[in-house]
Amino acid sequence: MTPLLQVEGLSKFYGQRIGCADVSFDLYPGEVMGIVGESGSGKSTLLNCLAGHLPPDTGRVMFNTRADGMRDTVTMSEPERRMLGRTDWAFVHQHARDGLRMNVSAGGNVGERLMAVGARHYGDIRGQAIDWLGRVEIAEDRIDDRPRQFSGGMQQRLQIARNLVTGPRLVFMDEPTGGLDVSVQARLLDLLRGLVREMGLSAIIVTHDLAVVRLLADRLMVMKDGHVVETGLTDQVLDDPQHAYSQLLVSSVLQV
Amino acid sequence: MTDYNFAYLDEQTKRMIRRAILKGLAIPGYQVPFASREMPMPYGWGTGGVQVSAAVMTAGDVFKVIDQGADDTTNAVSIRRFFERTAGVETTEATGDATVIQTRHRIPEEPLTDDQILVYQVPIPEPLRFLEPSEVETRKMHALEEYGLMHVKLYEDISAHGAIATSYAYPVEVEGRYVMDPSPIPKFDNPKLSMAAIQLFGAGREQRIYALPPYTRVVSLDFDDYPFEASKAEHACALCGATDSYLDELIVDDAGTRMFMCSDTDYCRSRRAAGHVGAQGTPFKEDAA
Repeated sequence: MTPLLQVEGLSKFYGQRIGCADVSFDLYPGEVMGIVGESGSGKSTLLNCLAGHLPPDTGRVMFNTRADGMRDTVTMSEPERRMLGRTDWAFVHQHARDGLRMNVSAGGNVGERLMAVGARHYGDIRGQAIDWLGRVEIAEDRIDDRPRQFSGGMQQRLQIARNLVTGPRLVFMDEPTGGLDVSVQARLLDLLRGLVREMGLSAIIVTHDLAVVRLLADRLMVMKDGHVVETGLTDQVLDDPQHAYSQLLVSSVLQV
Repeated sequence: MTDYNFAYLDEQTKRMIRRAILKGLAIPGYQVPFASREMPMPYGWGTGGVQVSAAVMTAGDVFKVIDQGADDTTNAVSIRRFFERTAGVETTEATGDATVIQTRHRIPEEPLTDDQILVYQVPIPEPLRFLEPSEVETRKMHALEEYGLMHVKLYEDISAHGAIATSYAYPVEVEGRYVMDPSPIPKFDNPKLSMAAIQLFGAGREQRIYALPPYTRVVSLDFDDYPFEASKAEHACALCGATDSYLDELIVDDAGTRMFMCSDTDYCRSRRAAGHVGAQGTPFKEDAA
């Protein structure tokens, strides 16, 4: 089986400081990988490099495109990369307001990616928007409301609908449950788990919440100071952490 | 008159503007940056259009200015006088006689010919401005032809109003490439954008010039199931009886009585001179106009 995403020796420096250094991994279709670590450990830098939001300094990010097989997304032209960004890739931001257009209705937000890839039939676009709002448990009669009239959890679900409407194969998530209260988090996780399984999505989830990766991720990567200190199956890393920092991380979780 | 260089601007500035115009004509719909000058009128009064007019004007030109179709409003009169004083060119109100027409938000009803230039005053040249506030991002979107967002605006119109409610500054696609703001002309005028005359767009405050060469293919954006419609008030002109012209709506008394009349004053006057009389019109007298 060919991997969907192949990362080789990826590094990003901010001047003298390390953003992330020498990161390599493979991600296979249908696999969900979690990246955990404390604030400033380079998780978000890594994710932004992978998603093409930041140019990495060294390394390759090979993506298995539908048309031409494995392509290096770092060296491909910007139009191609941005095209991937609105078709095969999706990016779920921590703050919904970064990923949504707050002055455009929910339906318009969901429809934007469709229109960006050439949909020009209002009825079809609206039909798909209604379908996706239903899938993320937003009532159909909210379709013409603006996101600012939505609760935080609904905004996050709307952001997910907006991203998944074009049927991407790889989803990048940056703290998707950050800032939500626990019961809303639980429902969002449930929803994400369902969608990932149902659509066969691959996903890379950056979080500092170990419970989130326990539920969602198949594999786990632990980062510290820009370096990957431990990788492995999620349960293995969480139940039997090898690196001192992973042990600290796991033991720092509050037990209720 | 001798106190000014011909048409107010100095020759170096005119050359700079002409270069921008030529570039704009070579890339229809592309917004060319130019070093807009301080003009003796406030921004929003047509400083962009005036600079473009000054750059294309020659001593033999006949100049006409319209403001929302009218030749006799403050803006039109003051710009016409400005060029009478600084360029000494002949001015006219007759569309057919003019060689350079500066317009604020209308295209004359009478079809223009290939020896005429139409200069638009543009307040906001960027059609994506209110959807994407970052100019860096919108320029990238133009460069990469990412225009999905423009349809999001039309989608929002339909979802809120049941139809595309944008009635002026209706976005168009030029020669299958750039999406352009045709300046706030009513969408009734959009089909006329493919015409024989050269069309130049000047935005003074925003420092942009763009252009449409003659017979450029200009398509108004729409949805398959909500096609573009060039709309106007469903009335005939009360003065000249025209049913094919864009109409202004006037409220004429405290009871809210409405009157519709041509927004293009020259068109209305010439129709009345030819003997057409509308429901509230009186027979045309030459000096009464």
